[in-house]
Formats: sequence, C-alpha cells, structure tokens
Amino acid sequence: MSVLSELKIGESGVLMALDLPESVQNHLMHMGFVPDALVTAVRRAPAGDPTVYLIDGMEIALRHETAEAIRVRAPEVESAHIVPQDEEAQELTEAVR
Amino acid sequence: MSACCTPPPFTPPTAPPPAGALKTVVLIGPPNSGKSTLFNRLTGLRQKVANYPGVTVEQRMGLMAGVGREDLTLIDLPGIYSLSPYSEDARVSIDVLRGAMPGTPKPDAVLLVMDSLHLKRQLMLAAPVLALGLPTLVLLNMSDLMESRGGHIDPLKLARELGAPVALISAVRGTGLDAVPLFLHQQTNREAAKPLALPVVGNAASAHSWAAQVSKNTGYRAPLSVEGTRKIDNILLHRIWGPLLFLVVVVGVFEVVFSIGQPLSDGFGDVLARIGGLARPLLPAGWIQSLILDGAWKGVSSVLVFLPQILLLFLFIGILEDSGYLSRAALIADRVMRTIGLNGKAFIPLLSAYACAIPAIMATRTIENKRDRFATILVTPFMTCSARLPVYMLLIAAFIPNIVYLHGFLGLRTIVMLSLYLAGFVGAMTTAWLLKSSILKSSETPFILELPQYRMPTVRSLALRLMDRARVFLRQAGTVILCVTLALWVLAHVPVVHTPGGTISAPELADSAIGRLGHFIEPAIAPLGFNWKIGIGLISSVLAREVMVSTMGTLYGADPETQSMHLQTALHHDMTLGGALALMIFFAFAMQCTSTMAVVRRETNSWKWPAVQFLYMLALAWGAALVVNHVVMAIFG
Repeated sequence: MSVLSELKIGESGVLMALDLPESVQNHLMHMGFVPDALVTAVRRAPAGDPTVYLIDGMEIALRHETAEAIRVRAPEVESAHIVPQDEEAQELTEAVR
Repeated sequence: MSACCTPPPFTPPTAPPPAGALKTVVLIGPPNSGKSTLFNRLTGLRQKVANYPGVTVEQRMGLMAGVGREDLTLIDLPGIYSLSPYSEDARVSIDVLRGAMPGTPKPDAVLLVMDSLHLKRQLMLAAPVLALGLPTLVLLNMSDLMESRGGHIDPLKLARELGAPVALISAVRGTGLDAVPLFLHQQTNREAAKPLALPVVGNAASAHSWAAQVSKNTGYRAPLSVEGTRKIDNILLHRIWGPLLFLVVVVGVFEVVFSIGQPLSDGFGDVLARIGGLARPLLPAGWIQSLILDGAWKGVSSVLVFLPQILLLFLFIGILEDSGYLSRAALIADRVMRTIGLNGKAFIPLLSAYACAIPAIMATRTIENKRDRFATILVTPFMTCSARLPVYMLLIAAFIPNIVYLHGFLGLRTIVMLSLYLAGFVGAMTTAWLLKSSILKSSETPFILELPQYRMPTVRSLALRLMDRARVFLRQAGTVILCVTLALWVLAHVPVVHTPGGTISAPELADSAIGRLGHFIEPAIAPLGFNWKIGIGLISSVLAREVMVSTMGTLYGADPETQSMHLQTALHHDMTLGGALALMIFFAFAMQCTSTMAVVRRETNSWKWPAVQFLYMLALAWGAALVVNHVVMAIFG
C-alpha cells in the first residue's frame, strides 16, 4: 500500500481511499477518483510538480500535497503499465483474481 | 438516425413552430463537454449575459433561433460535474433546475450535453439531472470524433437505460441538431416520464458505479486516447522546451498587443477624433457642442481606443484556450504562482492585465476557488496596463534626460520605464501574498486541473467570443464612463460666470467646481510634490489614467499631441524631478480607472471589494509617492 504521489512516471495504481476533506473528496470522485479506479502517472510538469495522472481516459493534474492524500495499491497485473482503456485493465484484473 | 455514420448537417424547419406550453429550456453539461459551442449553435448571436442575483455565476440566455424556435428561451447553466452543492456553480444550477432562482423562469425541458469521448465519467451527471423528472434530451457531443477514433455507443440502448431520448451530435460541425427541434416539438403533448431507479443525488461512489454499469450495458467503447495529444505534450510539457515555449508564448502576447495592437488603437483613435470633428459643424456652437464633443465624446473615445487592443488580446487568449494550451500554461506556471499563494490558473489573467485590467478580471472566471479568484481580481490592477503608458511617456520625456549606457544598448529612460513595470509587478505579487496569508487565506480547494485534448479552434467560436467581449466593453463605455465624463465636464463648467454683456460663460478653471476641488485637495498632495493643477489631473484621471494627459493638456493650454513640447516645458516650471518621479510611482500603484472598479463590482457582486481595493491602492500610491519625492529631493536637492 502506498500513496499516489509515490507512483513513478508510467506506473499505475488502484485507488483505495481519499484522505481529504469531504468537499474535495466529492469533487475528485466526480472527476473519476473513486475506489478501485485505475490511475496512471503520465508526466510531471517541467518544474517537477504538479503531476499529470490518467484516470477514466482523462488527464488530470494534481499537486504533490493532494496526491499524497490519495491511497493506492499496486495493480495485480503487469500489463497495467500503459493503459489507454482502464476498463479493460480492470476487467483483466478481476479475471486474474 | 443511425449509429454508424455522422448525421447530415442541420437545416432549420420551414413550417411555423407549434404553439405550446413550452417556454424555457435549460442546457446543462459537465465542463469541456462542448456546451458553449452548442449554446452558440442553438441561439445564434442573440444572447444575453448577466450575473445571477447575489452570486458571481454568469447567466447566459438566448432565444433558440439557431433551430428555428425563436419562441423558446435557452438558459446555459455553468459547466458542472455533479449536482452536489459543493460549488457556487452547482448550487445555482440546482436552483435554476428546481425553479427556485429568483428572476429565472422554471425550466420546462432540459438539454443534457455530454462529451462522447469521455462518456463513462460524464454520465455521472446524467443520474441527478434525470432524477429531477423534467423532460430531458441527452445529446452525445463530438460523436464524429468518437467514431473516427474507434469509439462506439448504441444510442438506442442508452436511451432505454436512461429513459430519455438520446441523439448523437457534433456541436462544432452542427450535425445531428435536428433532434433538438424534434424533441421540443414532441414535448408540446408529452406524457409523464416513467420513474427510474437512479442513484441518490450527491453520492459520488454510487453515481460512478451506476455510470459504469450504464456504459457497459450500452456497449460503450471509449476511443483510444489520442496519441497526437500525448506527442504534442511531449514537447510542450518537456522539461526544457516546455518552459522555453511558454516564455515564447508570453512574449508573443506582449508583442502582439503592443506592436500590432498599438497602431490599430492609434488609428481607431484618429477615426474617433475625426468623427468628433465631422460632428462639430452639425451641432450649434456653445455649451451643447462643448458638452457633447469635449465632454461626452472625448471621454468615451479616450476609453474606446483600447477596443482593438482588447479584442486582439482576447483573440490570442481564445486561440490558446480553445486549442487546449491554456491548461498546459497553467500547469507550467503553477510552481511559481504557488509561492505567492495563488495557483497556475491565476497566471493568464495577470498576463492579460498588461494590456488592460478589464478583460483580465473577466478572465479570472476560470479560477474555481472563490478566494483565489478574488485575490487575483484584487491584484490585477497593479499590473502595468496600456493606459499608464501615455502618462509614463509624457513624464519620462519631460523629466528624464536621454542618457545612454553600454554603448547605446540601455538608455536611462528605458531603465525608468522598466522600473515602473517592475514596481507594478512587485506591488501585485506582494499584495497577493498579503491577501492569501490574511483575509483570503484558503486551503480547502486543492489545485485540480483537467488537461483536455488538443483541438483546432474554430473561427466561429473565436468570433462569438470576441463579439461577446466587445459587447461587454461597449456597454461599459456607454454607461459608467459616459456618466463620469459628463459629471467631470459639468464640474469644469460651473458655477457659470455672468459677463457684462449679459451672456453667461464658463468660469476660469481655477474658479470652477473642479478647480476648487483641486485647491481643496492640494494640502494632501503637496508633500508628494504636486500642485493643485496636478490635483485636478489626479481627480479627473479617476475616470481613466490616460485622461491625465488630456487634462494636463487642457490645463496648460496645449494640445497633448501636437504641442507636447510645450506641455513638457510647462510641466517643468510646475514640478521638480522628485514630484515627477513621485507622480509616476503614484500612477503605478493607484487605482485610477472607474471601468475597472465597475468590472470588479460586477465580478464580485459587491461594492465592498472595489472600495477596499481603491483605498488600499490609494494609500499605497500616496505613501510610495511621498517616499520617492523626499528621497529624490534629498539626493538631487
């Protein structure tokens, strides 16, 4: 178990929980940050922060302080590294389980 | 309509629309769903922009002339992700949908637009909207892009899942829109919609699993993430090239506004002056002519001249925004902006403020956090806008000797000019930092930035954007500025003087109401090195900074354009170097612009903020001018 900000570029994680105030949690959840969603770190901004994450086919940038409060676990499948369609990856994850 | 191919372009129906109980339709959709483009398509150019009462959310309304239904009003709701009342935008949307917004009619039907490229996430808004029970048409936008990129959706299955009609459209290309009048026509004699099992409003997790289930049941296949965007970002967000290109863009905005915009504005100013000249013989000589031409027309045109520059700036920003680059710029600027307590989204408004604070303040609407937005609005007038330039140029030419250093590469005049720019920038940054660490402190809303895919901006949406901004600007010039100009003219012409011949005439400037006002404030400005004439200039330049130059011109009996040598010499007799430098620093910090104050009031919906801003900037300007005057006097004696 780790937090989102620890993901290296190209790495993916499965979202577990958001340790954030409820209003922020709600906002992020409506942008796709829900439990069991697959998140991939795509790139860092030139200054090293914020980081761009791929979730639900959308690229969303979060600052380190926000990503730090989002708990993730490692996905069980290796193929989850570059994932254009997270839905497929999720199904695959479930199938393997 | 078939699901396999893109529908044909829309042709408005020729038959007259049927009369019905239908009057008001609302358009709702998540951000980046192409909602604004669709709104423009459906309403054509007949739109009305205002603020909802008591909040800073923009209300856009228009008649649905674009689909031949001029009898229907379309209300464009703000782009939102959910109906949970976490933001002001969402609260306004809920109130409008429930008919609880004062002054806005209860909607009879809903158009729900969603980006079909990201349907799974966008569907989360569908559940709470459909749960309201209003007749709803679901529009899947950018269907052409989805299909060309290998995506798929079965609209009939989706319609069955949602219990609402679904149409595939492309707002950019205007295809599939005939579904809208068809739907509206059917609503004239509709039956009550059957209730559906929809997730509870505001529960993000259940809304998400519902949306995932629906998109699965309808055979939705998201298009492959576009490699093009990824490749462009590899360059534009590159560790080295990214910031460099970012700088090129920033300098480019400057260059365009100054090198192309300035001659355009000058030319437009000449045209406006010529119109005034042509009208002069048509008006009876005397006070009416003076009031209309020297008062109203001169004042209004002194502000209108900035229109070309403002439109150019908006064109530039519009291209950046529509293409998707603006989000990347915000991402790059975030690291710097956070050191003063703001975030990357505040960068673009501050950049635009170098041209004019008015469009810059309007551009702060992209900042979701209200406190961040207010802080940005409050510091924007510190940035050196183009209206300060005429004043700086006059004073520098009059008081700063033309000495060059480094073999002609750097002149003393350039150094003074750059220092004034720097002073404004430092003023803005310090004030932002002060605000963000005191009254506007916030940690609640984090920086969450969506990076949309790159697209080609369309001429149509850029043109509509420019027209919208021109309209706002012209309305401002036609109301607030006109009133202040007339008031200033009257103050310069009363009390009237009775001549021995029995006629009446305007008083000497020193005896006029405004002249007396100048004498009245003289004790307050004397320590800064200003006399009563400068005082009149300061009072009249509350209208707009550049008015200072024309006022000084009138006061010293010289035309600022043709006889600037005279004006410069005249200023020399009245002012020391200390006073002149103090006057420049005063202009760098003071809030002398009624249009900006009016826009701040409009955007913050209260007179409190412009009042605080005016007094704070005045105090800062006064203090800085006092220090500069005394330091310069001590050095140069």
